[in-house]
Amino acid sequence: MSDSHISVQGVHKVFQSGGQDVHALKAINLEVKQGEFVCLLGPSGCGKSTLLNAVAGFSLPSSGTITVDGLSITDPGPDRGMVFQEYALFPWMTVEQNITFGLQIKGTAKPAIQAKVNELLELLHLADFRKRFPKDLSGGMRQRVAIARVLALDSPILLMDEPFGALDALTRRNLQDELLRLWTELRKTILFVTHSIEEALYLADRTVVMTYRPGTIKRDLVIDLPRPRDVASPAFNALKKDLGQLLMEEQSRLNQDEFRAAAVD
Amino acid sequence: MKSYRRAASGILVPLVALAFWQLISSMGWVNATILPSPMRVLVKWWAYLRPLEAYDPAQMSHLKWVVSGELIQDAMGSLYRVLVGFFIGAGLALPLGLAMGYSKLVYGLFNPLIQVLRPIPPIAYIPLSILWFGLGNPPAIFLISIGAFFPVLMNTVTGVQNVDSIYLRVGRNLGASRLTQFTRIILPAATPYIFTGARIGMGTAFIVVIVSEMIAVNNGLGYRILEAREYLWSDKIIAGMFTIGLLGLGIDTLMSRLSSHLLKWHRGLEQA
Repeated sequence: MSDSHISVQGVHKVFQSGGQDVHALKAINLEVKQGEFVCLLGPSGCGKSTLLNAVAGFSLPSSGTITVDGLSITDPGPDRGMVFQEYALFPWMTVEQNITFGLQIKGTAKPAIQAKVNELLELLHLADFRKRFPKDLSGGMRQRVAIARVLALDSPILLMDEPFGALDALTRRNLQDELLRLWTELRKTILFVTHSIEEALYLADRTVVMTYRPGTIKRDLVIDLPRPRDVASPAFNALKKDLGQLLMEEQSRLNQDEFRAAAVD
Repeated sequence: MKSYRRAASGILVPLVALAFWQLISSMGWVNATILPSPMRVLVKWWAYLRPLEAYDPAQMSHLKWVVSGELIQDAMGSLYRVLVGFFIGAGLALPLGLAMGYSKLVYGLFNPLIQVLRPIPPIAYIPLSILWFGLGNPPAIFLISIGAFFPVLMNTVTGVQNVDSIYLRVGRNLGASRLTQFTRIILPAATPYIFTGARIGMGTAFIVVIVSEMIAVNNGLGYRILEAREYLWSDKIIAGMFTIGLLGLGIDTLMSRLSSHLLKWHRGLEQA
């Protein structure tokens, strides 16, 4: 308990969908330590994003508690910065304005904002793009800005909802390395949602595999491969195979559900 | 080269139309009173544009003399009504639209009334406008305000309602207060819609100004067209119509320039 940073205890989440109760999350217990990099892995509909949104405070659990440093979560807040999948930059703000927005809300003094922005632009290799609008940036660049915007808040926790899902493979690997570098440098606690096994194995200290409806934790796996990880190594691929099997079981339950729904239609 | 060719192809159809028009007039296929030739319209337009009296430095400044022609006086009169009416209409529509888009309560309160009033064409208010405001500029400006009000209102409501919820989620995540959410997220996100509404509203204002000048005032382009009809001056009618077209085009171009400048962040304007 003492070194637990994010603590999820007995969390249930029930949605109403088409007059039916959908159990998105069921009896979730999860402890994340300070500075740990945890991936939530599962097929669509397994509740991994629901769990992330609950930790973010966007949609609170139906029952159970989520605490950060012992304090119950009731609202979204800058102590848990979130990076969204796509297009979450404000298109009417330049790169620089996007990054400073959170600091302005906080009421940070102007010189401190300037210093912070310069530091972040440098850190994420965005210095040449500070006056650009998001529409003029590539997908990878946009996610760099989104990460910088969240880092500006100095929040101890980063919540990431499939942040690299829309990127091409090379950009994706590039940003994964970048994220690992930032994580090592800044010692953030990261909760990262993905449906890519390889991404989870490449990034995380721990990978939490979730089941398709109701969303429960199927496996909580510590990945103790040394970094930087070699995606071609036998150890990596053995884990990949194991996780692949776990995931395919859930995927086939998802498929059955979808076929059933299609048959009803 | 490309822009030159595009300009050339853009002028082709008007030239052909003009040549055809000149042809049927020169050949005497139509009565000149019903359709005067383009040349006659141009001559009349020039006469309409020129100052009525010879320049006399003792009487007025040169600039004042240059703009003393009937056409310019009429155009300025119409423009004045359009602008005042537009700003009153849009000025009332904008805050109401923001409130209706933002608050379901305000929307529920106002929407039924708005939906009943919106289909009524501004022209239908003519009798009441004269009863309420008498003659002269006030009834005209009242009608124009109504014409500009609804497009701005509807687009503002839609703009605010269509703000992508992810921006609001980011705002909450960054700790933005409701006021900050409104001024820094909802308002800028809605501006493309608001500008579209303003452009449509300005177009409506131009339609309404012409009609309103036919009833309540004694200058302006609409008044002059009606006056010319009394004397069967069809060349002057057409000259007045083209002036309205050019004036409208000018205003619309200005508004579109302004919006692409202010919305240079917007994806839809990348090519514009």
